[in-house]
Amino acid sequence: MIRFENVGMRYGPEPEVLHDLSFTLKPGSFHFLTGPSGAGKSSLLKLLYLAHRPSRGIITMFDNDIAGLARDDLPGLRRRIGVVFQEFRLINHLTAIENVALPLRIAGVPERQVRSHVEELLTWVGLGERLNARPSVLSGGEKQRVAIARAVIAKPDLLLADEPTGNVDPVMARRLMYLFVELNKIGTTLLIASHDTGLIRQFDQPCMELKGGTLVLHPDGLP
Amino acid sequence: MSRRRRPAPLLELGRDTSGRSLPGVVAVMVALAVLAMAGALMLDSAGGDWQAIGEDRLLVQIDAIPGTPTAPRLEAALAQLRATPGVASAQAMPQSGIANLLRPWLGDAALLQDLPLPGVIEVRLQSNAAVDRRALAVGLEAAVAGARVDDPRAWLAQLSAVSESLRALGFAVVAAIALATIAMIVFATNAGLGNHHETIAVLHTIGARDQFIAAQFQWHILALALRGAIVGLALAALVAFAVARTAGDLQATLLPPMRLSPTDWAGIVAIPVISVVLAALTARLTVMRALRREV
Repeated sequence: MIRFENVGMRYGPEPEVLHDLSFTLKPGSFHFLTGPSGAGKSSLLKLLYLAHRPSRGIITMFDNDIAGLARDDLPGLRRRIGVVFQEFRLINHLTAIENVALPLRIAGVPERQVRSHVEELLTWVGLGERLNARPSVLSGGEKQRVAIARAVIAKPDLLLADEPTGNVDPVMARRLMYLFVELNKIGTTLLIASHDTGLIRQFDQPCMELKGGTLVLHPDGLP
Repeated sequence: MSRRRRPAPLLELGRDTSGRSLPGVVAVMVALAVLAMAGALMLDSAGGDWQAIGEDRLLVQIDAIPGTPTAPRLEAALAQLRATPGVASAQAMPQSGIANLLRPWLGDAALLQDLPLPGVIEVRLQSNAAVDRRALAVGLEAAVAGARVDDPRAWLAQLSAVSESLRALGFAVVAAIALATIAMIVFATNAGLGNHHETIAVLHTIGARDQFIAAQFQWHILALALRGAIVGLALAALVAFAVARTAGDLQATLLPPMRLSPTDWAGIVAIPVISVVLAALTARLTVMRALRREV
C-alpha cells in the first residue's frame, strides 16, 4: 500500500534531512514513529501526506508512484489521508464544527449529511457542547480533539498523527487512542508519531525509530 | 440542538485590507473606461457623418458690400447655382438663421440687427454627380460680386483626422485602464494568497484542488468588482448626462449631433460586465499560476 525505497529528502539546497528510508506500510497496519526532536519525524510525515516531494528514491502510495503523478492527481490521494498536526492547524475563523466538516465539504458531501456526521463525531470526542466555538476559545486539549475529528471524519485509508495525545489528559489520551485503534480495526492504516515511549509501549505495535534522518524498524514494538 | 447557520467562507478574504479599496478603484476605472469608450464611439460615428456632409454640400457666402445691396446678388447667385448641372438644391439661409449662428460669438440680438450680415446659401449636390467644385467657385465668384464658395471638405477632413486621433486615444485609454485593473487585481490576489498561505496549505492537505481555492478568490473578487462596476457605471452616466446638457446647444448650431447607435450602447454597457468578468478571471488565473509553483 505504502512503500518507500531508498528515499531521501532535503529542503531546497540544504543537506538531506532523511536518508535512504525504506519501509512498507501494509493496508490496515498500525505503526508508531518515534525519535528525538529534529530526527526528521515531521519531515517523514510531510512526505507521507504529500506536502513535499522526495529528493531521491521511490515512494509508492495506494499503487501510485508519487514521482509520476501530476499536481492535479495529488488532491485525490490526499483525500484518502487524514492528518493530525502537532500544532493542530485549525482554521481560526471557522467554528469547531466547520473545521471538522472541511474534508467533507471539499469532497462535495451534501451539507445535510455533513452536519449530522460532524455533530456525532464531535459529541463522541466530548465536544458536543462546543460545536460552534472557534479555536481561539478552545483549550489545547479541545483543539487537539477537533484536529483529530477533522482527520478521521472522512474515514481515511491512511491516518497520520503527529503527537496526537500531547495536549490532553491521560483519560482523554486513552479515549483518543481507542478511537485510533477502532479506526485501525475497520481497515485504516495508522502511523502515529510520538516521542512518548510510555504510550508506545502500551500498544504492542511495530515501531519505526528515526535517528539522525535514518530509520530503524522495530517489528515487535519498541524495545 | 445547536443553532444552524450558513457555513463561513473557507478563506476570510473579506478581512484583507488589500481588497477593501478594490470596489472604489474599480468604480473609478469603470467610469473612466465608459466615458472614454462613449467618447471614442461618438467621435467614430460623428466622423462618418461629417465626411458624408462634406461630400454633398457647399456653402456660398455673399459678403456685404457698403452701398451695394446684398439681396439682388443673392438672387443672382441662387439662379446661377440652380442652373448648374449636378446641383440638387440651393437655399438661401434666412437672416434670422444667420443671426442665430453669430449670436454665440456676438451675443446681443439688437447689435446683430445693426450689422451688415452676409447672405449665405446652402448648396446640396446630387449624390452621384461629378461636380467640378473649383470651376463652380470660379464661375460664381466672377459673376456675383462678393461671392465666396466655401468647400467644407477641407476643414471637415481636418476635423475627421482630429476625431480619428481622439477616437484612437479613447480606445487606448480603455486598454490602459483594463491593464491597470488587471495589475491591481493581481496585486490584491497575491496579497491575499500571502495572507492566507497557512489556511491554503491546510486546505491542500485535506485534499482541496487548486480550482477550489482559486474559486474562493474568484467569487470574492467578482463580488467586489461588481459593486465597483455598478457604482462606476452610475458615475459615468451622471457625468455623461451633465456633459450632454452642456454640449447640446453647441452641437445643434455647429455640427450634426453626435449620437450612439444601439451597438455602441451595447458596447458601453458591456464595459462594466467585461470589467467584472476580467477581474474574476484575473484573480482565478493568478491563484492557479501561484499554486502551480507549489508541490
